[in-house]
Amino acid sequence: MRYLLPLGAFIVLVIFLGIGLKLDPKEVPSPLIGKPAPQFSLPQLHAPEQNFSPEQMKGKVWLLNVWASWCVSCREEHIHLSEFARTGIVEVVGLNYKDEPEDAKKWLSLLGNPYLLSISDKEGKAGLDWGVYGVPETFVIDKKGVIRHKQTGPVNPEILQNVILPLVQTLNGEAS
Amino acid sequence: MKLAMILLVLFSCSLHAEIKIYDFKDPALEQRYQGLTEELRCLVCQNQNIADSHAELAEDLRGKVYELLNKGESDAQIVEYMTNRYGDFVLYRPPLKSKTLILWLAPILTVLLGAFGFWAVLRKRDKPQEHLSDAERRRIEELLKRKSE
Repeated sequence: MRYLLPLGAFIVLVIFLGIGLKLDPKEVPSPLIGKPAPQFSLPQLHAPEQNFSPEQMKGKVWLLNVWASWCVSCREEHIHLSEFARTGIVEVVGLNYKDEPEDAKKWLSLLGNPYLLSISDKEGKAGLDWGVYGVPETFVIDKKGVIRHKQTGPVNPEILQNVILPLVQTLNGEAS
Repeated sequence: MKLAMILLVLFSCSLHAEIKIYDFKDPALEQRYQGLTEELRCLVCQNQNIADSHAELAEDLRGKVYELLNKGESDAQIVEYMTNRYGDFVLYRPPLKSKTLILWLAPILTVLLGAFGFWAVLRKRDKPQEHLSDAERRRIEELLKRKSE
């Protein structure tokens, strides 16, 4: 009986610490989930005379992947993202965030280009509107142009298979 | 050796990134800039506000605060601009809502719990401790009586 209270307190503490260990403090829930994707109009990386705006993707489920040639974990996720894009299940648009177009193009020709197209966001203005704070980030946008999911940090096969793929499949089934 | 050390110290200082200073024509605006950047939290260095952080994102956000202030937006509008993009997480003082209730109530509850524990211990200590049976008490009285005789 004497030890019941300290033991109970200890167990509660361990449970809370256990939960705390599993949480990722870097993962901040985005207020943009369920909201229309912020608009922008920025030059394409490979065709600077042409602008791209998210409006153009209306009616399609698509991914916006924020990347940069200076970003180390982008390199890490690149192979998995490329493999995923190759299945053709969803189109991936790249947002080249705060990067030099020359460096970015070199990076893509070296590692392969999984993107439908990339957008050059040299000053990070679109990134700011999309609440980007840790490159790489991946957004899933539905046919109506609403953001449905955000992955902060590099994607891996597990996330792609268990989170992104099922979501894309459900969204593909929705009416536009 | 000494010279090398001095050079090292001097050199390492010059490597520190500097926080860009913005010029304000209106000191009241500068004051508001100070207040806002101290209240907004950096998402990269999560334990720093954007006034103190050297992270590139913090730099961008400071620039944005400066820009919006000069556009004549109110503090509330600027805070809204930030929370629309980054959520309540950017606020060092998040608003009181059902999701943040535990955040606001936990300190009060902890103090109350502590006070209760303290009170319980004190009460226990105040009580005279008697575990003597009647037979023992009789024997004590007997012994005391014998001593005084």
